[in-house]
Amino acid sequence: MKWIAASLLAALLVLLPLVAGEFYLNLASQILIAVIFALSLNLLVGYGGMTSLGHASFLGVAAYISALLTTRYGLGHGPAAIISILGTTVTAALFGIIALRATGLGFLMITLALSQVLWGLAYRMSDVTNGDNGIAGLTRPMPFGIPLDSPASFYWFALIVTGFAYLMMAIFVSSSFGSTLRGVRDQPRRMAALGFNPWMIRWITFIYAGFWGGISGLLYVYYNKYIHPTSLSTTSSAEALLGVIAGGSGTLGGPAVGAALVLLLKNYASAYLDRWNMLLGLVFLFIVLVMPTGIVPGFSKLVARLRGGSK
Amino acid sequence: MTPLKSDYALEVVNLKKAFGGLVVTQNISLAIRQGERRLIIGPNGAGKTTLFNQISGDMRPNSGQIKLDGTDVTRFAPYRRAHLGLSRTYQIITLFTGDTLEHNVTLGLLGLRSSRWQMWRPLSFYGDLATEARRVLDTVGLLHLAAHPVSDIAYGEKRRVELAMALAQKPRVLLLDEPLAGLSNTERSQVKSLIASIPRATTVIMIEHDMDTALDLAETVTLLNYGRVIVDGDRDAVIADERTREVYLGV
Repeated sequence: MKWIAASLLAALLVLLPLVAGEFYLNLASQILIAVIFALSLNLLVGYGGMTSLGHASFLGVAAYISALLTTRYGLGHGPAAIISILGTTVTAALFGIIALRATGLGFLMITLALSQVLWGLAYRMSDVTNGDNGIAGLTRPMPFGIPLDSPASFYWFALIVTGFAYLMMAIFVSSSFGSTLRGVRDQPRRMAALGFNPWMIRWITFIYAGFWGGISGLLYVYYNKYIHPTSLSTTSSAEALLGVIAGGSGTLGGPAVGAALVLLLKNYASAYLDRWNMLLGLVFLFIVLVMPTGIVPGFSKLVARLRGGSK
Repeated sequence: MTPLKSDYALEVVNLKKAFGGLVVTQNISLAIRQGERRLIIGPNGAGKTTLFNQISGDMRPNSGQIKLDGTDVTRFAPYRRAHLGLSRTYQIITLFTGDTLEHNVTLGLLGLRSSRWQMWRPLSFYGDLATEARRVLDTVGLLHLAAHPVSDIAYGEKRRVELAMALAQKPRVLLLDEPLAGLSNTERSQVKSLIASIPRATTVIMIEHDMDTALDLAETVTLLNYGRVIVDGDRDAVIADERTREVYLGV
């Protein structure tokens, strides 16, 4: 039953460009990018118990490095992508060393502060980053000589990357390491007594999450062909965190659903409402009140109860 | 087994810990031989658990030394001590309540294996870990509950899972912090025989208030009061000592 549903969903996703128009395809591509980002944030928030308000840093760093290398330094997309992901991963490693001096609220505040530093740099260091104007006129890569300029080809490209990212993160959380990560989230003291190094486990997870955040950042800059400091602002970190929590942190499906919800609301509601953020807030409030653990766990509980009741 | 470096499995030298002005352990020295069964007794607030927390590395002493099998571990993080063969249980049950018993014990096994860093392969692929975890659960008589989450089982059974997690590591030195606390008479005798069956390769140090049961398990006894060692020695000698009666038995 589960496999049939998964195959149906996969088929629907693959065949979407045959039925959907340009607008919807572009929306779907954006959702895919947001899904990778939310999944990576969820490794920290859901599985590691490390609530970060600075995850957009990694999206932004990857996007800016790629944008700068391909425009200013004239590098090809291949080497630019590799350097950008390496650079993002190193940034995550450094940020991790600083932020993981604390846990809980302290950790959250440090991630927030670090991301604000990057945002400030992107804004103020205008001779490099072009400041508030952002970096425009970017191109999309041509993997294996296939142009990604049409909405359909980009969608499929994003779908392949997202599928791979989902698979890798699903394996990660079910692995030995994933189990130790959940263990450190729930009982750090006990885990240390059992021979696990809690700090190292958190740090590696932080770097891994940064890596996938960087991957989503690359897709993001390819899709938009433009990058602006807002992309690494606290708002975009907070939006993603909202999606993860609303969808259900600590589950694989939850953050994907949450990210899609935030993006859809943003796109549809902002067409009709100026204060679409207020609507997002109301929806979030509703979810927290009705399904405190998030949409996906909430619905599975509901389904389980309905099934139990029909017996 | 690697050859033993020291006659003593655990040595504590002049250990001192104070929280502000409150001195909780004061120049405690202990020398526990390989394979010994040591019982640590003392009234509430005598510093027993604080002593354990320093031995396991959860707390740093202000001064003094802790040696595991001859190696000075005073400044080692808890996880490094675990890799040197130290294992402990907690007075307040500390388990992973949402996970199954098997998963809890598996974490105990994983802690000392290099496969704990593996992130590209699902944990369920390690059949040997599951088999070993179930074997350990069998020795504590909980195999039939292996697939149940910890939140589903009774308190006495949780106590045994605590033990199973520690025993899974085949520790050289095992610290048991009140393993009988809150158990019924039947459960008590179950856990008692379980502790009695721990192989001699493991040195057992136990804090326990239930003297009737615990004294049977002990060879040597240390009496603590106000963070000091009051009496220390063979079981019968310590029980017969006048100071023991004074401090602990209240006679």
